[in-house]
Amino acid sequence: MKRNYGPLYAGPQALWLAVFFAAPLVIIVAYSFMRRGLYGGVAPGFSLAAYRELANPNLLAVAFRTLWVSAAATAIILVIALPCGYSIARSRNQPLRLFLVIVPFWTNFLVRIYAWISILGNEGFLNDFLRALGLGNGIQFLYNQGAVILVLVYMYLPYAILPLFSSIDKFDFTLLEAARDLGASRMESLRLVMLPNIRGGIVTSILFTFIPIFGAYAIPLLVGGKDSYMLGNVIADQVTKTRNWPLAASISMTVTFITGIAAILYLARSRRSSASVQDSLAAQSGHGAGRGVARKPGAKGGLRGAVGKAAEAAA
Amino acid sequence: MKAQADTLAVRPAGAQAGSRKKRTGASDWVFAATVLFLFLPLFVLFFYSFNSSKGGTWTGFSTVWYEKLLFASPALWKAVANSLVIALGSASAATVLGGLAAVGTSRYRFRLRGVVKGLSFMPMLFPEIVVGVSLLVFFAGVGLKLGMLSIFIAHTTFNLPFVYLLVDARLEEFDSSVIEAARDLGADEFQTLVRVILPMAMPGIASGFLTAVTLSLEDFVITFFVSGPGSTTLPLYIYSAIRFGVSPVINALSAVMVALTIALVYPLRNFLKAFAARA
Repeated sequence: MKRNYGPLYAGPQALWLAVFFAAPLVIIVAYSFMRRGLYGGVAPGFSLAAYRELANPNLLAVAFRTLWVSAAATAIILVIALPCGYSIARSRNQPLRLFLVIVPFWTNFLVRIYAWISILGNEGFLNDFLRALGLGNGIQFLYNQGAVILVLVYMYLPYAILPLFSSIDKFDFTLLEAARDLGASRMESLRLVMLPNIRGGIVTSILFTFIPIFGAYAIPLLVGGKDSYMLGNVIADQVTKTRNWPLAASISMTVTFITGIAAILYLARSRRSSASVQDSLAAQSGHGAGRGVARKPGAKGGLRGAVGKAAEAAA
Repeated sequence: MKAQADTLAVRPAGAQAGSRKKRTGASDWVFAATVLFLFLPLFVLFFYSFNSSKGGTWTGFSTVWYEKLLFASPALWKAVANSLVIALGSASAATVLGGLAAVGTSRYRFRLRGVVKGLSFMPMLFPEIVVGVSLLVFFAGVGLKLGMLSIFIAHTTFNLPFVYLLVDARLEEFDSSVIEAARDLGADEFQTLVRVILPMAMPGIASGFLTAVTLSLEDFVITFFVSGPGSTTLPLYIYSAIRFGVSPVINALSAVMVALTIALVYPLRNFLKAFAARA
């Protein structure tokens, strides 16, 4: 009889996550059902006041704006990322093209925000350029919703390009030729044959851009103005300035709920799909990626495989 | 069916199907434009880091900002040191905890295994702002003073899922009969772990560790909530510099960081495909 060391190995991490991840979330849930304390903090006792405060028209406006900005940025990202993923996958020099996408992606987040401020600012590169051409003087490009969406698109584009590349790369291109042979036009073959086969990659890219954008904090704070405040900024203000912790908690719950729905839809989809655990793993590790084998719906992007696997394990 | 396919195949439209081969197509132009878009801000940073004056107008070449960066920015270098300490510390902790957990869940079946696995990737699915705020509230509740320790705890927490998933994927790949063989030949659990499992899992452990270091150096939002006086990390330093207005020292620093990124990524370019599949 071999001893079961499983709990011994997994215990420390489970304990760590229980204390520093699960417990803080439980506190947030609890705080969202309490009343605001007299001097910040919370007063004990059950209350739905923090949730009623969510109906405040100003807050609702911010919520809808957050939804709109996230949806717009995600849509723009997808439209740009699809051809990019395709181009990298079809290229003879994939490592170089991936390198070109990953260098900006691995450059520090704050450095990239700073770079956009030095381009769009009143004394920035763009205004300097326009001034040199005599086309205007000190145009305000920063501190509005357009700037926020632009920088969000810039920041999260690689998160969509990489999974799309990875699923298009696994797509069997002889299927396109077959479709063309059967009389489909070029666009038809892409739309009817390729798109359904890379749906996994598309779903991954949407999730990987929508979730972080929906909880965005730094970008609207630094390049946005009054018309571009998002829910993340409201949460931060409630915690650090107004010190209304129950409201911060109830807004956090709302943000978690909305991104959680996205994540659950995704998990449900990956569990429903016919792909086996082994298949997800193969997709994730890049081995047995089945070139030349007609893929089942869902040539997967990597994390999708991993998360799907975790979902199956948890089931 | 086959006959029908054959008749369709001789149609002129079908005859062009093979002509798609490796021409520069519309998607390549979109890709080229996207790369320009991605690199434009980096070029602008680099360009202005050599500007002799502070404003956006070019007034001549100068390395004055690099000199300032190197010799007159003690607070900045303190932030770099803090960032490195936290990145290496939290990546090490996450690698040990996450790596061991991956060994446990991939080799053994036990009660709550599903819960452990589920919990292992959850932090990845929560918006950063929610993780940051919940940790802040938690630290306030237990009375831990915000500083290097609270940042270390926060970073270890968000790094764990990445290490766990990368090591787990690696462990699932290899042939478990080797482990059985080690046991049959008389190795105890510890020997099997150190001499068989760890060496075989090393690529997963290494990529987990590096991913964790990168994520830690990069993080702004969560750190923002759990940092205290004296524990400014590099992203927090840059943030406060931005709030005070554009400073070319940050340009010089950014140019150095971009150069370091390129120096780090270029030798790895042949592994980037595996990275993209995991991204």
